[in-house]
Amino acid sequence: MDFGQFISYIASGTVYTVGVTLIALPSGLLIGTILALLYVYGGKVAARVMNLYSTIFRGIPPLVLLFILFFAVSKGINLSAFLAGSLSLGMVSSAYQMEIVRGALLSVSGDQLMAARAVGLSRLQAIRYVVLPQAVRLAIPPWSNEAAIIIKDSSLVYALGVQEILRRAQLIGASSQRYLLAYLSAAVIYFLLVYATTRLLNLLEQKLSIPSNP
Amino acid sequence: MPEPILTIKNLTKTYGQNVIFQHLDLTVNEGDTIVIIGPSGTGKSTLLRCMNLLTRPNEGQIWLDDLEITAKGTDEDQVRQHIGMVFQNFLLFNHLTALGNVKLGLTKVRHMSDEAATDKALEELSRVGLADRADHYPGQLSGGQQQRVAIARALAMDPRVMLFDEPTSALDPELIGEVLEVMRQLALDGMTMIVVTHEMGFAREVADRIVFMEKGYIVEEGSPDEMFNHPKFDRTREFLWKITELYGKKEKEAK
Repeated sequence: MDFGQFISYIASGTVYTVGVTLIALPSGLLIGTILALLYVYGGKVAARVMNLYSTIFRGIPPLVLLFILFFAVSKGINLSAFLAGSLSLGMVSSAYQMEIVRGALLSVSGDQLMAARAVGLSRLQAIRYVVLPQAVRLAIPPWSNEAAIIIKDSSLVYALGVQEILRRAQLIGASSQRYLLAYLSAAVIYFLLVYATTRLLNLLEQKLSIPSNP
Repeated sequence: MPEPILTIKNLTKTYGQNVIFQHLDLTVNEGDTIVIIGPSGTGKSTLLRCMNLLTRPNEGQIWLDDLEITAKGTDEDQVRQHIGMVFQNFLLFNHLTALGNVKLGLTKVRHMSDEAATDKALEELSRVGLADRADHYPGQLSGGQQQRVAIARALAMDPRVMLFDEPTSALDPELIGEVLEVMRQLALDGMTMIVVTHEMGFAREVADRIVFMEKGYIVEEGSPDEMFNHPKFDRTREFLWKITELYGKKEKEAK
């Protein structure tokens, strides 16, 4: 096997890595945002439940949670390892993303909500048109961090047998006995993915920044 | 006979054991400018916030025209459309331009088309002299300009009453004038206004009635002439003298 084949075998796992990320990250964002809104605006009981959710999910290693969710999910419905793994990772991430969105929501001053209500907007409208647009901007830097974590944690689904980058590196490393080269290749691919993503989110942050005089 | 536009009866607001004000009565007639003065912590701001239900009073009633807005089941959002409010620290929506700030209520609350809302918003911005700043964000405007945009935002909803909560207190002295000028013009145009302020020049010149509040009670109310020249209570005289001296000095320094 020549070097090109070696690399391309590992690199073709990128499809899975990116696929897992593209499912886990948005599903975690969706769940996380809804939970964060409930946490901040849903009253005391909801806040307690959300706090519990966050504490439990963040208190268990992602890999352990991944196994639990994976076996729970695949017992109920017949999902592929890829899909079940991605969704499980999304749920793990949702707790972290909830905290990110919650922090951003709380950073937008309560006075903004009051001013919106004073104009006649309903509470829901005020949250949607005044608080959320500002919170999104505040959430991008910490969210970029979470995106990097999920890209890297997508390697965890290797334990479920998904043929992503790390899994392939391990397989080809074993068959060729060139472990170091295999894992170094995987490292470079992961790094490039994370680097490109954070750069992209940096650009988004700049594009969305609100103009102001120095 | 002038028509009362806002009637407050027996209004009480407490936070736990802490009584903000008690058994307060106030009638505001259409077209009047009422200036509320008093030491800080006497419940002036809370009173204003009760008037548009941002804060719920514990007891008492408020009528806007013939509608009791403190009645159970009142649509608060509906009420607030008709009562504009201007805050001490402007509270413009930071992510929207001046135009966007004025338009938001028009498109989302009054469901105007984007085009109609833009026209109306530009009209209100010219009214406060800021049509040329329509595409500026709050962070690109001076404090005085931000406050004028905030006034335009409230005016755009065509309110029956405008509430001003210390509108110039957060401004540098040289920016106060432009905001007071807009308010003066508004009063001349016949807008009903309730203004909490320490600007005695404005109170003397523009107010139809001055209300002096202290420790949760209305101590005295009357025309500027009565209040400045023949107050019934020593406490009123004392406060007015102090505040005029204090802010008179600031005004001189600014010049």
